[in-house]
Amino acid sequence: MSEQTTTPAGVDESAASSTPMVLAEHVSKSFGSNEVLKDISLEVRRGEVLCLVGPSGSGKSTFLRCINHLEQVSSGRLSVDGTPVGYREVGDKLYEMHPKDAAKQRRDIGMVFQRFNLFPHMTALENVMEAPTQVKRVSKAKAKARALELLARVGLAERADYYPAHLSGGQQQRVAIARALAMDPKLMLFDEPTSALDPELVGEVLDVMKELAKTGMTMIVVTHEMGFAREVADTLVFMDGGVVVETGDPREVLANPQHARTQAFLSKVL
Amino acid sequence: MNDASSGRATTPAPAGGPGAAPVPTKVVRLRHPWRIVVAVLLLAVVAVFIIDAAQREAFDWPNVGKYVFDQRVSQAAGFTLLLTVLSMIIGVVLGVILAVMRQSPNPVLKSIAWVWLWVFRGTPVYVQLVFWGLLSTIYTSIDLGVPFMEPWVSYPTTALLNTFWLAVIGLALNESAYMAEIVRAGLLSVDPGQSEAATALGMSWGKSMRRVVLPQAMRVIIPPTGNEVISMLKTTSLVTAVPFTLELYTRTRDISAAIFTPIPLLIVASIWYLAITSVLMVGQYFLEKRYARGVGARPDTGPGPVTGAMSAVDAEIAETAIAAKHGGDAR
Repeated sequence: MSEQTTTPAGVDESAASSTPMVLAEHVSKSFGSNEVLKDISLEVRRGEVLCLVGPSGSGKSTFLRCINHLEQVSSGRLSVDGTPVGYREVGDKLYEMHPKDAAKQRRDIGMVFQRFNLFPHMTALENVMEAPTQVKRVSKAKAKARALELLARVGLAERADYYPAHLSGGQQQRVAIARALAMDPKLMLFDEPTSALDPELVGEVLDVMKELAKTGMTMIVVTHEMGFAREVADTLVFMDGGVVVETGDPREVLANPQHARTQAFLSKVL
Repeated sequence: MNDASSGRATTPAPAGGPGAAPVPTKVVRLRHPWRIVVAVLLLAVVAVFIIDAAQREAFDWPNVGKYVFDQRVSQAAGFTLLLTVLSMIIGVVLGVILAVMRQSPNPVLKSIAWVWLWVFRGTPVYVQLVFWGLLSTIYTSIDLGVPFMEPWVSYPTTALLNTFWLAVIGLALNESAYMAEIVRAGLLSVDPGQSEAATALGMSWGKSMRRVVLPQAMRVIIPPTGNEVISMLKTTSLVTAVPFTLELYTRTRDISAAIFTPIPLLIVASIWYLAITSVLMVGQYFLEKRYARGVGARPDTGPGPVTGAMSAVDAEIAETAIAAKHGGDAR
């Protein structure tokens, strides 16, 4: 299935020959008897922006959550930057990691949630400072300077002392992005980051994500925003029923979907 | 809107249209004369009761005044407060452990926590206290060593645990069962997305518990825990079952037995219980304020609609926890 990942031009930076950022090989995932991912094989290169689209229940979010081990794969191999996630590879066996070691791996993977999940008892600034100070043991002063810089980058410098309950949805999601970036991740996962927002607030979040893509961040975005996919993504993956149906350059897939299921889906959302 | 309605001839011209008659604006509120009547009646009853009580011989106010600041009584109040604080601290710590055990994936831990709750919640605290009093009869010595072998060290139980500590243990273990359910309700009230976000940031389970989940659970945990503290203060009057006799109620009973005046000393004890309760309530107020961060009003505006909805939900959860406790079983 790996031949499905076509290579879009002009993505690779210096790391052309290095290992892919995310490599999924025959990944399957079941909840009880319900198989939500079936033999997924995917490759995400450094600096690539990949958009995962598909109807709800197609397994997009589950796949994303498998990448940082919030869910465990049932079979197959899923590695980030050459290292299997949540497992230690010895010989031909994968040993499940202690949660503490798995937690260490997640430091390098930022995640942004549909419902923001900001910590409501902390201000925007404290939210962004929390992980660097608590997990990486960065000094308070350093973390604060960096947090203010990140908040300025997402356009919220003057909202640093506001609690999440006093920010709009779009502002909360931008703080959530800054919070994830504070750990200096090498990979960012976005789980429907604009689906819980009022339509007029979607743009401000997408703008921040576009800026982030320009800096060369590797991003995997589960989204229903086809405009964003067309403009920003290097690769578009269409999933349905737990399988990858179609993969390719977003402009081509959106304009000329090859698979009947993709055509049916796109005719409804575009 | 005005332009539109004036253009439409068929619409009955509402007040406010151009050139319409001035709108009557005086609002006459509905009067409630019966409220005043009821209020006056009640105040009269209260006044009669107070005046009567002040003059009634049986209350023996001079003796109340004499004993309320008696050193034996204030010392007993100190013991009552100490019993309350110590057994609450142990009860809360054990309660948190039990609550976490009940969430554990390990079925043995889960069952042990469940059985603990079943036993300590299912039997009257008075009965438990009598049992603790008989501990030294059941286990005459406390041994350290390998089971069924000659112990390395052996202490007589009575030397290790006096009646005060037996009372503390008895109250604390009983309390832990109730606290476990209160803490569990608090943990369940926190959105699972919170610990997920903490996990995704690389926090360990313990860290996400300490930094993210517990501080939010506290808002739900504190009100029923305040209830528990006050309830504990009054339950200490039962430790005479152990028998520990230096706390407020037993001490005032002893004094009244010596001077043959039970009523004034009951009033003395009540005054002290009320005084301590009042102090504890003030403490609870400040604790609640501390953990309300992020849900209060924004510095520059009034409270948002989200805030109100959230605290309503929390209040509901807290009420459920209290109802589960007081409705389910008599202590």
